[in-house]
Amino acid sequence: MSAADSHYVAKTFMDHLPILQVVIPLISAPLIVFIGNRKLAWVIAMAASATAFVIACLLLAQVKDGSFISYHIGGWAPPLGIEYRIDALSAFVLMLISGIGTIVLPYAYTSVKTEIPKRQHVLFYALFMLCLTGLLGMVATGDAFNVFVFLEISSLSTYVLVAMGAGKDTRALTAAYDYLIMGTIGATFFVIGLGLLYMATGTLNMADLADRIANQGANRTVQAAFTFIVVGMGLKAAMYPLHHWLPNAYTYAPSAVTTFLGATATKAAIYVLLRFMFSVFNPGFYFEDWTLYLIFIPFSLLAMFAASFVAVFQTNLKRMLAFSSIAQIGYMLLGIAMLNATGLSASIVHLMNHGITKATLFMGVGAMVLYSGSAFFDNLNGLGRKMPLTGAAMVAAGLSLIGVPGTAGFISKWVLVQAAFENGWWIIAIAIMLSSLLAVIYVWRMFEVLYLTAPDEDCTATDPPLPMLIPMLILAFACIWFGFDTELTLGSARVAAEGLLAGSAGMAH
Amino acid sequence: MIDLDFIIGHLNYWLFIVLMMTGLYIVVARGNLVKKIVGLNIFQTAVFMLYISIGKVTGGTAPIYPVDSQGHMQVDPSIIYSNPLPHVLILTAIVVGIATTSLALALTIRIREVYDTIEEEDILEIERKLSAEDNKIHGPAMGGRA
Amino acid sequence: MHHHLILRVVTKMLVGAIILFAFYVQFHGDFSPGGGFQAGVIMAVAFILYGIVFGLNKVKQVFPPWLVHKMIALGVLLYAGTGVASLFLGYSFLDYDAFNPHHPSHGQHWGILAVELGVGITVTGVMVAIYYAFANRPPPMKDEDW
Repeated sequence: MSAADSHYVAKTFMDHLPILQVVIPLISAPLIVFIGNRKLAWVIAMAASATAFVIACLLLAQVKDGSFISYHIGGWAPPLGIEYRIDALSAFVLMLISGIGTIVLPYAYTSVKTEIPKRQHVLFYALFMLCLTGLLGMVATGDAFNVFVFLEISSLSTYVLVAMGAGKDTRALTAAYDYLIMGTIGATFFVIGLGLLYMATGTLNMADLADRIANQGANRTVQAAFTFIVVGMGLKAAMYPLHHWLPNAYTYAPSAVTTFLGATATKAAIYVLLRFMFSVFNPGFYFEDWTLYLIFIPFSLLAMFAASFVAVFQTNLKRMLAFSSIAQIGYMLLGIAMLNATGLSASIVHLMNHGITKATLFMGVGAMVLYSGSAFFDNLNGLGRKMPLTGAAMVAAGLSLIGVPGTAGFISKWVLVQAAFENGWWIIAIAIMLSSLLAVIYVWRMFEVLYLTAPDEDCTATDPPLPMLIPMLILAFACIWFGFDTELTLGSARVAAEGLLAGSAGMAH
Repeated sequence: MIDLDFIIGHLNYWLFIVLMMTGLYIVVARGNLVKKIVGLNIFQTAVFMLYISIGKVTGGTAPIYPVDSQGHMQVDPSIIYSNPLPHVLILTAIVVGIATTSLALALTIRIREVYDTIEEEDILEIERKLSAEDNKIHGPAMGGRA
Repeated sequence: MHHHLILRVVTKMLVGAIILFAFYVQFHGDFSPGGGFQAGVIMAVAFILYGIVFGLNKVKQVFPPWLVHKMIALGVLLYAGTGVASLFLGYSFLDYDAFNPHHPSHGQHWGILAVELGVGITVTGVMVAIYYAFANRPPPMKDEDW
């Protein structure tokens, strides 16, 4: 060892956690393709996903007190190099995404056997891991262009995953095509916004951007960049009126894909929105206030009411849940528009609560589709009675979707109403409660079909096989557990919200 | 008063806007699936043009350090170099654009094989008929395409 | 295509030159415009040209589809493996100084060569795979009905 090495301290495993979070799923995808064996594909995917989940939990444990971890890729110090930056918000969303990925994989093992042709299974698992990598990378990185790269990795895999439902219904192909066109336009808008930011500040590192924008003041370039970024990521987050791709994509995709996407893809986009709106652009950015009040609030109220209203009149359970997702995203955006710590923590905790709720519901639908062939209400008569455990899980998740006290959904809606009262917005608080009533209507329709109608005579449904049943029950239990023990979810969300509201000061090195 | 200096000085931005709007218009207005992909490509190319044009520094040369006969780099701080970072970003974006285009074309081929057409109106017709059949069996649903 | 003598002869002469040029572009990425992506595309062009002129079956004998798919995965594994190797050596991910702590610039040189090789392998595989995927689909009209 020469003198140059004597003062270099080698890094340990714990130092590398931020990058391993992304690298382990990233390596598993080509490994699955290279080995090419169908059974090994699932094993590798499960191992990588479980490791990613453990790493995310370790990261959250490290940053729960409000600190942050900064990892320099290639040893190049930021702002010249790419850094990965984990703080409470990132770790929270990382835990959600990797957790959902790990839970969906056993479910997918049984579900894809019936929905996707055999020769595509290896590619399915590879694409699943690539999508997981993209979502995890989007959240973990601290460099703006890196967000775009991982966004496209996850989006491209998502388009193919949605198109894999073409075996059952050919409309999956047009749904994937629409999603592709709209998603690419959204991502390109994001790139234009980044370009404008780069022109104005000369850097791409998010912390450095925050510093330089704070010194810029009211600059047209920065304002235009803000608009492009919000519209671009809003399209990915299915912000009303940019939500059009969501119902078709969720309805015609395979069940495992819908479960995974419905719980993670839009949440990662909302994370990027939060990161850019609060950490990079100051919350005091005057243009931002107007945007929030004039655009976010009307459109999220529209989303909450219009999407719930359309959901009531659907005859396909998957489609109904897709429209309900759009409404729930409206809640999250409303929380962002409140611009106080309670509102932000409501949005962040709703990210997780809605994720586990929707995942349970879509898993239940997939289990029923195994026996009934399609997700139309007609075909699901009385299945709640024939599949008791599945029905119980769907009841728990349905109650969480409405926001009944004692479930996870109640916590987020409660904090959201609290935030509205803090701002003195009575009307908004009443609107939130009214739209929850609309949710009661469509969830009651689901109960009615599952329990109050007689099952068909030749119905051979029983509870699904264990690999599908156990993840569903774990998630349903989590829906109820997080309604009582809010320390993990609401605690981390509060720390994350404080960090966000500190604005660019929160991103100081 | 037309400020000619302003217009000529910002020529790359005008071109970017023209191309971007052309591309977006094609995506929205043309019904043929392949033409939509072409429009998307034009839109993305406009973005590449924007990035690369802002990387040029007036009087700047190619950002590569010259190497003398022994293989040592000659670092001369007085030479002005153009900015290499936008080129790197655009390389990444071009690759992403290629992947998106090939994926979209593959989807178009499969749609063609299933529906025998790639015109958007015809595909919408077919899918509307499919949903109408579903609705006949399962009851009327509301809203949303297909 | 068994009528076009000039095309066949010229293709046979050119394919070797194209592959050689692809290697040139690959290894001169740090001195001139080039690098992994461009080299990969040029290399793929050699195979695609051969496939267009001589037929899909002939090129599949030279470059079978299973090999193409393995190559795609192999390139990505090479790139990620370089990063992980620097992890094992105690440095940050993709820190090329790890490969030669005494002379970091040599380490950088080797590291970049390795990742560019990975990129070149993957891009070659991807471009040829796209060509195979599109050319494999049976046409809806037989050749005699043209």
